[in-house]
Amino acid sequence: MTDTTLSTGPASPDGLHTGDAAKMRLRARYAAEARFKWLGAGAVALAGFFLLLLLSTIVTKALPAFQQHYVMLEVDLSADKIDPADPRAANFLGLVHDGLGNEFPQVSGRQERRLLRGLVSTGAGVVLREEIEADPAMLGGTHRIAVPLDDFADLYLKGLLAKSGPSQRIADVRVSGAGDEVALGFADDAIMAMARGAGAVEGEGGGLRLTSGSQSFLLRIAGGTVKITELSSREAGGAVGKGTVLELLERSVETPADATLRTIETAEADRKITDREIVWLDRLAGAGKIENRWNTLFFFTGASREPELAGIWGAVVGSALTMVVTLALSFPIGVAAAIYLEEFATRNRLTNLIEVNINNLAAVPSIVFGLLGLAVFLNWFSLPRSAPLVGGMVLALMTLPTIIIAARAALRAVPPSIREAALGIGASKVQTVFHHVLPLAMPGIMTGTIIGMAQALGETAPLLMIGMVAFIVDIPGGFTDAATVLPVQIFMWADFPEPAFQQKTSAAILILLGFLVIMNAIAVVLRKRFERRW
Amino acid sequence: MKKVLLTASAAALAVAASAGVAAARDQIQIVGSSTVFPFTTAVAEKLGQSGAFKTPVVESTGTGGGMKLFCAGVGEGTPDFTNASRAIKDKELASCKEAGVTPVQIKVGFDGIVLANSKAGTTVELTKEQIFKALAKNVEVDGKVVANPYMTWADIDSALPADKIEVLGPPPTSGTRDAFVELVMEEACQEAVEAANEKACAEIREDGVYVEAGENDNLIVQKLEANPKAFGVFGFSFLDQNADKLQGATVEGVEPTFENIASGDYGVSRSLFIYAKKEHVGVIPGMEEFIAEYTSEAAWGPEGYLADKGLIPLPEADRATQADEAKALKGMGS
Repeated sequence: MTDTTLSTGPASPDGLHTGDAAKMRLRARYAAEARFKWLGAGAVALAGFFLLLLLSTIVTKALPAFQQHYVMLEVDLSADKIDPADPRAANFLGLVHDGLGNEFPQVSGRQERRLLRGLVSTGAGVVLREEIEADPAMLGGTHRIAVPLDDFADLYLKGLLAKSGPSQRIADVRVSGAGDEVALGFADDAIMAMARGAGAVEGEGGGLRLTSGSQSFLLRIAGGTVKITELSSREAGGAVGKGTVLELLERSVETPADATLRTIETAEADRKITDREIVWLDRLAGAGKIENRWNTLFFFTGASREPELAGIWGAVVGSALTMVVTLALSFPIGVAAAIYLEEFATRNRLTNLIEVNINNLAAVPSIVFGLLGLAVFLNWFSLPRSAPLVGGMVLALMTLPTIIIAARAALRAVPPSIREAALGIGASKVQTVFHHVLPLAMPGIMTGTIIGMAQALGETAPLLMIGMVAFIVDIPGGFTDAATVLPVQIFMWADFPEPAFQQKTSAAILILLGFLVIMNAIAVVLRKRFERRW
Repeated sequence: MKKVLLTASAAALAVAASAGVAAARDQIQIVGSSTVFPFTTAVAEKLGQSGAFKTPVVESTGTGGGMKLFCAGVGEGTPDFTNASRAIKDKELASCKEAGVTPVQIKVGFDGIVLANSKAGTTVELTKEQIFKALAKNVEVDGKVVANPYMTWADIDSALPADKIEVLGPPPTSGTRDAFVELVMEEACQEAVEAANEKACAEIREDGVYVEAGENDNLIVQKLEANPKAFGVFGFSFLDQNADKLQGATVEGVEPTFENIASGDYGVSRSLFIYAKKEHVGVIPGMEEFIAEYTSEAAWGPEGYLADKGLIPLPEADRATQADEAKALKGMGS
């Protein structure tokens, strides 16, 4: 082969690079490049798609949690209700319930009153008390006070509990009889067809019964509300029916009058709110007494078992305190260890062993650090349980290897010429490191620290053992107060049975992400300030 | 930069050192069962809202884990109460005694365990025997003990739907699982199975029919919604809170309702307890008030806030005796 090419003279480059085989090879190479480019772009697009999907589901689920419905009630704070000398002893929730009762004077009977009271949050008393404590001048008169609604009422008003059908006018409706059960008369039997479509049960003699398994037909007439329970056609035309009075009619309807029919498409049995409660809420909303407010309770209170009162602030403070301890311990120790190992230590078996072990520690499951914390910090040092101090110490142990590894890599990346120049003009080893090498390595060290801290921020497993996975209401005031952290709060809310906690969970995830972004932004700003170029 | 770092780390170490000699604890610590957790937290919150005491810290460690911490000894480092979804075992009581701990037992109510499915699915009526046949690892067929052959509900009883058996439930670490096994599987155990191997009664099949869905009952609820043919095993409070989506299967002809569990008609229910550490009363502030709050009618009564959270109240007479004994701090075994 070589001989033949030699005998015919030097190989023509054209022959090697322009032959058919060469063109094929070239095309294959270009195709491979294009394929790789497309695959890479595809991978990025896929990752972006999933990120977007994740974020949009969380955001859409979380949005309702950022708002809360309040009901405005006239609450009597006169001296015979609250003793001005000792206001704390008053029954605040009772006062709120009285205020609500005054809105619905016709509601009687123990069960019905209990249902009505259930519309406001059980924490309404605390809200009222805090408002009075903030402004004692309120005592002694009647005041309009906004209290949060119960979680189910709130979910209904947000449209998450029941589906409302359209409201429509129905002409010439008669209502006769008194008491809870009344007889109804309709001018035409179009309502029969509507009831059939709404899942009414066929009764004897061609009648229809609307049960708790069918849609609810609420008839608004003469200032009251009647729930239709039975319907049947009349031979003379029109229809008659029976109904339960949910809200007292203001006047009797002897002569036919116009009515509004409101349908609730979700059957009563399939929702956690009764028709009666819906009627009350509609009445309050109609009178402008319900306000949808920005949910300040969520942002500025601690945890609670009542979804409408549960807040994230306790966990945010707990996370911040824990992170401060973690940073204060792991950053200086980690950087010092890295500097020693990289710049001062002689290479021998001992330093090699240490290096291998640091790398191994970075891969240890985080729960192990929790066990260590339990054994050493709690049992041996007898530090308090559930404290951010201990949590921070455990997380610092977990973060140390990450910081040491990143810091060493950053120090190694500083060009030797910098060190040599410094040493050359007479700087000592310590001066060289602290005046020249460390500042140049700082951006890399910061990056490693951010990664380590972000990891620590999301940990729950190591905190389980030291009692930080707990229900803690009070907002921690210091490093030794009982506290929990954001990921634990998310985990606990996801576990509570009340459906309103599902939105809270998503909202808390957003807060955790926000916390992370703020933490990283601070680190980026710091890095920019310390960054030096050469 | 260097100075900032040094000050920060010095400050952290100083805090760490000073915390070693912690001041007397003024906050109640509670550990124990995850089943009782939702109720105890509600009471803890109420105590905190009263303003006189800090809100107790409640941890969910499981009944067994809680007992271990609780019985570890007397002192600020140990919890003051533990929640339990079963009565204290003799062994645990002995270890408590040994450490100088006198537990005060307070029975706070009942919890029903339900077998429920989505409202979109069929309503079923089951007996304990049928549940055993559906879920046991080994069953008796024609006088022989064999690995469970039943794949559809109709295989067990032709009156049941011809759907594949699919049950989501808690893993073996859960107290709900323990109670379910004790109240259903062991009670309905077939003699031949028991004769073959005493422990076989408690064994749940592992061929994919019973799916361990983790400790998070909300997850089971969501999965049931997505799959109307599947059933789930969980505590009554989750059925109660999700009554708009789920329906409970009747067991032995009794529906799992609040009233039926309270009256004891529903067969799959257990008692829930809290245990107070007598030695800590008077040392840790608020313990007596916490007990008083828990045992007040406003909390554990039929219309109390714990009933709203799904706790099934004790009968009235039992509530009275339990409250009296709790207030008198009647220690166990003393």
